[in-house]
Amino acid sequence: MKRLFPILSVLTAILLAYALYLALVVAPTDAEQGDVYRIIYYHVPSAWTAFLLFFMNFIASIQYLASRKPSTKTAAKWIVIAIGVGGVIACFLPQVQQLLPTGMRPSAVATTVLAIPAFYFLVGKFFPGELLDVLAVTTAEVGVVFCTIVLVTGPIWARPVWGIWWAPGDIRLTSTLVLWLIYVSYLVLRRFSNSAQTQMLAAALAVFGALDVPLVYFSIWFFRTQHPQPVIGGGGSMDPRMLHVLLISWMAFLCFAFLVCWSRFRLELLHREIEEEHAMESLVGARMAAKASLPLSRSSR
Amino acid sequence: MNAIKFLFAAYIATWVIHGVYLASLARRFSRLRQQLKELGKGK
Repeated sequence: MKRLFPILSVLTAILLAYALYLALVVAPTDAEQGDVYRIIYYHVPSAWTAFLLFFMNFIASIQYLASRKPSTKTAAKWIVIAIGVGGVIACFLPQVQQLLPTGMRPSAVATTVLAIPAFYFLVGKFFPGELLDVLAVTTAEVGVVFCTIVLVTGPIWARPVWGIWWAPGDIRLTSTLVLWLIYVSYLVLRRFSNSAQTQMLAAALAVFGALDVPLVYFSIWFFRTQHPQPVIGGGGSMDPRMLHVLLISWMAFLCFAFLVCWSRFRLELLHREIEEEHAMESLVGARMAAKASLPLSRSSR
Repeated sequence: MNAIKFLFAAYIATWVIHGVYLASLARRFSRLRQQLKELGKGK
């Protein structure tokens, strides 16, 4: 595994360089915005990566909370299966399809709904016990980094196109900022709380925080906003050459996010190993002190 | 031409943020490795 990391790092660096070349040189210039639209190749993949990481954090947090009791774990398993099956069936009912915004395909919604049980069982299988909590903190931290990039590149793009840095009251922008604040508070809670309940509290906060992700994503489908309407799968049109570059750029950022998460995961394991060593040392020290004080107390009688 | 400034600002900002985060990870790794070494010496 240790050998795999440098190989993957080199491959990811090549992919990122290729995506940068495509974004700056190969992708055609936008007729309305000119070259500044090329920010999309960093802004949108960063947003999608952040959403994916927060989604994984949500799944890991649910699993962590559910794994506290065997009965809760079984109940959660059946609820997730019911969400998957019920969600897919509902997507193809005419009454539900009428509620979907124009351009949103039922098959795309069904695929997204199916991702919930798929991720739930995959995460449960590969990250048992305390590793769920390690995965949760890893994905939250790396997700915050990507979300920060979205919040920084967004205003830089907005200034030349809209004439303003930020549109106060815009639901897409506000909900993204709220999402970032929720996950920053999640990290602050984990960093500064030493209570035995910290992991449980953080997991509960993550579950509520994740509810903001669909609001961020669907806000431009359901509300009129300053932020542009979706150009992919939302009835909008995007030049296939631009879409191709966008998807390659996302793939490059996904590989990069995977490597960063891998490093952060190892860091968290190392941190916990050291904490355990410290706890063991304290325990041994306390026992030795207790033994040493025992003869003294006897002799003093 | 003026808009190009914004394009490069966005790309540079992205890599600065990633760079700062990667540097913080590297710093935390080296600190933990040092602690682990000290714990090993104590035994």
